[in-house]
Amino acid sequence: MTETLKVGSIEIASRLIVGTGKYGNYDLMRSALDASGAQVITVAVRRERLVDEKGRSILDFIDLDRYTVLPNTAGCFDAADAIRVARLGREILAQMNNPGREWVKLEVLGDRQTLLPDPVGTIEACRALVKDGFKVLCYTSDDPIAAMRLKEAGATSVMPAGSPIGSGRGIANPSAIRIILERLKDGDPTYPVIVDAGVGTASDVTIAMELGSDGVLLNTGIAHARDPITMATAMRHACLAGRAAYLAGRIPKRLYATASSPWEGVISHIPGE
Amino acid sequence: MQIVVNGEEIDIAGCPTLADLVEHFGLGSRAVAVELNEELIPRERHAETRIRKGDRIELVTLVGGG
Repeated sequence: MTETLKVGSIEIASRLIVGTGKYGNYDLMRSALDASGAQVITVAVRRERLVDEKGRSILDFIDLDRYTVLPNTAGCFDAADAIRVARLGREILAQMNNPGREWVKLEVLGDRQTLLPDPVGTIEACRALVKDGFKVLCYTSDDPIAAMRLKEAGATSVMPAGSPIGSGRGIANPSAIRIILERLKDGDPTYPVIVDAGVGTASDVTIAMELGSDGVLLNTGIAHARDPITMATAMRHACLAGRAAYLAGRIPKRLYATASSPWEGVISHIPGE
Repeated sequence: MQIVVNGEEIDIAGCPTLADLVEHFGLGSRAVAVELNEELIPRERHAETRIRKGDRIELVTLVGGG
């Protein structure tokens, strides 16, 4: 099934977006990215190390013809810092002539322990960045009202967290994700909603996709798995499986059984009949 | 003169441009974004932008992240 996802003006073949953080080394990262089948990868913006500059750069391990790079504003706790970081990321990606130069994964965080988004700062930064020409892919909580406000603020995609970043708790509140999907896609069915954060294992990705999410963004679930390359493969299949199941339409859940083999022609005694 | 680069005070000679500073740190061939006193200076302006005493400069790049 070749069914692309359109996020703003960019069409992507894989609905799995993966982060590049927390890998033991860059070779492992490169192999895991390859196994995930992802076309879009996220990166962070940080100070150059001015001493000990023998350290290798992540840019030496990323095929820029293959991947669209989505810079994030991770580590920002107010709108002003997030806007600064977004602009720095755009400047770097413009130098690399990567299609990700018009994108930012906006994160404005509330505190360091929960890494939950600051809803007020996120909306403020989203508005400013949209005005500045960015396509904003906006990390948020699974609060449907906050998600609606971000779409109104001009976010190209709203990306609710399944559960807190790096927690591995999966889709903590599937009902909230369903409400977000219903509200944001009402009258606008192609509006992209991407579940971002909290994925612990493959089934979490499948659940998110079965709910009707357009994609899943994850990092730690692969990078910190015992075998990241095999887990990346599992995540790729999980994403495809969940999407196909969503499109195929699941059967309703029933309290009682319904037989798969016909009753007609049975030769046995059926209790109670 | 004293300037602050990536949060660290350094002493530089002469009156270099941002392009000179980027080159000084061996970053000339790399993708790097430069902020001067919290204002982004695009790469095409590095060669014409002179550094002044007390300037605070950020040299940033991309790293792994989620």
